[in-house]
Amino acid sequence: MLSRTASCLYWLGRYVERAEFTARLVEATLRLDALSTRPSGEQAWLSALTVLGVEADYLTTGQAVTQEAATHFLTLDTSHPGSVVSCLDRARDNAKAVRTALSREAWSSINRAWLLFQGRAAPGDTQDTLELVQQAENETRGFDGAVGRMLHNPSSWFLKLGESVERADSTARLLDVKYHLLLPEGETVGGVVDRDQWQTILHTVSAVNAYRWLYRDGLQAAPVIELLVLRREMPRSLVASCEEIVAMLGELGTVSGAQGEADRLARRRLAALREARVSSIIAGGLHEYLTAFLHDNAALDLAIARQFRFL
Amino acid sequence: MNGAFDEIRGFPGDGAGRPEFAPLTKWLETMPRAELERRQQAAEAMFRQLGITFAVYGEAEADERIIPFDIVPRILTAREWTRLSAGLEQRVFAINAFLDDIYGARRIIADGKIPEELALCNPQFRPEVVGAHPPHNIWAHICGIDLVRTGPDDFWVLEDNARTPSGVSYMLEDREAMIRLCPELFQMFRVMPVDSYTDLLHQTMQRAAPVSAGGNPVCVILTPGHYNSAYYEHSFLADTIGVELVEPADLEVDDDRVWMRTITGRVKVDVIYRRIDDDFLDPLFFRPDSLLGVPGLLAAYRAGHVSIINAPGTGVADDKAIYSYMPDIVRYYSGSDPILPNVETWRCREPQALQYTLDNLEKLVVKLVDGSGGYGMLVGPTSSKAEIEKFRAVLIAEPHRYIAQPTLALSTVPTLVEQGVAPRHVDFRPYVLTQPDGVKLVPGGLTRVALKEGSLVVNSSQGGGTKDSFILADEGAVSC
Amino acid sequence: MRISIDHRTRYTFSEPQARVVQLLRMTPQDDGAQSVIDWSIDVDCDARLRRGTDGYGNISTMLYVDGPVDHVEIVVRGEAVTYAHAGPLTGTVETLPPVLFLRQTGLTRPDEAIRNFVSGVCGAVASPQRRAETLNIALFERLGLRAGRSPKARTAAEAFAQGEASTRDAAQVMIAAARAAGLPARFVSGHCLDGPNVRNHRSAHCWVEVHVEDLGWFGFDPSMGRQPGETYVRVAIGLDASDSTPLSGTRMGGGIEELDVAVHVEAGQSQ
Repeated sequence: MLSRTASCLYWLGRYVERAEFTARLVEATLRLDALSTRPSGEQAWLSALTVLGVEADYLTTGQAVTQEAATHFLTLDTSHPGSVVSCLDRARDNAKAVRTALSREAWSSINRAWLLFQGRAAPGDTQDTLELVQQAENETRGFDGAVGRMLHNPSSWFLKLGESVERADSTARLLDVKYHLLLPEGETVGGVVDRDQWQTILHTVSAVNAYRWLYRDGLQAAPVIELLVLRREMPRSLVASCEEIVAMLGELGTVSGAQGEADRLARRRLAALREARVSSIIAGGLHEYLTAFLHDNAALDLAIARQFRFL
Repeated sequence: MNGAFDEIRGFPGDGAGRPEFAPLTKWLETMPRAELERRQQAAEAMFRQLGITFAVYGEAEADERIIPFDIVPRILTAREWTRLSAGLEQRVFAINAFLDDIYGARRIIADGKIPEELALCNPQFRPEVVGAHPPHNIWAHICGIDLVRTGPDDFWVLEDNARTPSGVSYMLEDREAMIRLCPELFQMFRVMPVDSYTDLLHQTMQRAAPVSAGGNPVCVILTPGHYNSAYYEHSFLADTIGVELVEPADLEVDDDRVWMRTITGRVKVDVIYRRIDDDFLDPLFFRPDSLLGVPGLLAAYRAGHVSIINAPGTGVADDKAIYSYMPDIVRYYSGSDPILPNVETWRCREPQALQYTLDNLEKLVVKLVDGSGGYGMLVGPTSSKAEIEKFRAVLIAEPHRYIAQPTLALSTVPTLVEQGVAPRHVDFRPYVLTQPDGVKLVPGGLTRVALKEGSLVVNSSQGGGTKDSFILADEGAVSC
Repeated sequence: MRISIDHRTRYTFSEPQARVVQLLRMTPQDDGAQSVIDWSIDVDCDARLRRGTDGYGNISTMLYVDGPVDHVEIVVRGEAVTYAHAGPLTGTVETLPPVLFLRQTGLTRPDEAIRNFVSGVCGAVASPQRRAETLNIALFERLGLRAGRSPKARTAAEAFAQGEASTRDAAQVMIAAARAAGLPARFVSGHCLDGPNVRNHRSAHCWVEVHVEDLGWFGFDPSMGRQPGETYVRVAIGLDASDSTPLSGTRMGGGIEELDVAVHVEAGQSQ
């Protein structure tokens, strides 16, 4: 496979995943802000911006943190590289460059997702926005499905590799937001607002039911952290993403007959995650733990680029 | 359009139309217009979803347009096709013989058949490839010959495309759409299949390989990148054939051999079907100011370690100035009269021809010698007085850059337009492949249709559309 | 006369380069006025050199260097014996008919000023050979010669307008003018024992050949106002400077490059 093709597939996977995650986050925040009985307004949108690491970019636009402005920024703002529309733009650009490596189904699902956002000026009211982001999620899930149905060959492995690296990144950021998100005055840990925040996190990664299924007791920090970091059954957990990364690198290695720094980094990280206990993560500081994880993830991304000669 | 030959209905006054196509006429009459429109839209939706798009130069929203597709096919009978194929074979054979001669011994010049200066001072003549010897002396492996028609047996060659002719993906995709949306037409007519084109193309690439490549040559398609207007076609062909679609940055030349960069190391490339102009192939030899291209590619080519399809330098054969000599060229190399005639052409570089052109601008089509895509041309009969006068000044300033041709009464084919089904002018581009043992054709081609009433310009960039082209296995419909 | 040449080119890169690919047209061939005795191209790093010919019949050498490299030095050394001659060139490799060399290029296309100059200088001169001689002298007198290499690829028209020319500019103006006068003309790169750059060692030399019907090609050196003779070693020809340039190349790796050229042309000792 051409190095450029591999690079495009990897980034296609990353951008589709990023678009989907952003859409999910917007949806979850909308639910928290507009649909819950206790609207949390500015605070909810600020935390969404923080999760995506674009708070500062947003503030330089000079806009107030309102639902309307923030959803526009996160979904339709073409000048913001992290918006859903920009991610889909770049995803499609990469897809176009490697059309021959994609199945027709995979290409047309990414093309459909892209068309969905073309010419949309404003997200509209809450209902319209919800519809838009849900449609986007549907299309990106459709892409996921199409990738799953592609031949098990290097093309699909690079796509999944990109998806998993991005997914690990998103989940870690999502959890880390609890570190940035101060509880309002008078609210206590385990109180109503705190629970709402955990609820939003679970919602973003579609884990509300999974949580109920696995943990009979009410919403608490430690089980949520355990679910999203250490439970292999949870597809978006850090450990599941890391397993997928190791698996995809393994598949690629059997074809190329070579292994390298990326394999070593990914395996070392997976071994550590399998050993980890939630109590020790919390004791050592969740924020510190996640910061180190994100750092490792960036190192892995670079190692992948080197190993497959993306550069 | 008055008086023009309609390929389905015949000449005006022919009554019910050509009897051999009667079922199609009936189909058009009985099919509710809404149903025709629905099918046409379904086809276009399919094209859009597949991303069969093209870019128009000079438009801001260049990226995402599809070429309009027309649901009514054009039909050629077996007899018509047989004559066309013989003519195409003869012409493309002559084109390759001409190229091999002009970059080699230049016998045709020595024998005084074409002016030396016209051939050698032509910017399309590339001194850089003089002395190169492409395997089997094939230079133009893939030609797209543009034909027009004025009557039942009157076909004319309008243009030879011997560089990187595009559009073949439309031939294939239009057929896909027709089979899916109008299956009943394939009951009415025994239509010869076109889908063997990609196999034939792959074979053409493999058989063009240098001898040193051995039994299983590595072939690639070279695209300028996904911003190119014909990118869909490049990726479609690579995908269907099963070869890598590479960009210049994916290739490197080392030790006079071409390599592509892959995730496991570099792989030697034997055959490059390039969809990039000569100018941008190799900055070391062609355009030192260009950052595009593959440095050293021409050295690898000259050394015989890689084959390039079409070979660099083929533009000299399809140049419009050379075009007017094509009948002589065909006669010179094939030893017989051309089966397919040229459209009469006045070379404005010649004073008498210029005078004639200036005197008859309102009747003529005037084209740039080195233009394409319908740009920089004048269609006299459909232009205003002011447009004609403006063009007159341009022509007087640089007459050597232009040729003039009569406006032919181009044939029409019924076409679905806003007003219903109406005749629209068409042209035809069959794709002609050359292999070591001769010329190969698939029974088909690209039919382009000028969607504007009365318009003769079929280029997609100027509002043209495409149609499927049925080549029949026999002389008419299966059942009338 | 025996002439020895030592032509060093050194590229220094601000960043290590992944690959360097160079096209060299630096090897002369025998003809009626010169015999090449000994010629070599050496590179100071791991590289592959492949010799071929280009469309004009010049000897070309492709140089492929693997990275990472932060500099490449190419040393071309050799000796040739030259003979005094009169009349047209003999024994040169000719792959293309003279008419091709009527073709103007982006670098040679004459403007109004050059065309006026041509008709002013040789409008009344009938003999083609005399026309070429007249143009050569007139350009020599008109253009102030600037030593060294041209800073950038100027066109003939630009150089003519500025009235100051490197040897390369002068050759291209001469080509533009000769072609405008209906005479096939071509660019020649090579070396000259008593050329304008011989003392500063900064550059090789270049001149022009003009074709006269029924006679053949004649050399003209507009930077010296004379016809090349025994002190000249002819290396490569082309339509303009860009396709007969001694060295052109590309590199992969970003950063900037510094180019250092040293050319030593000396009368060789007989051994």
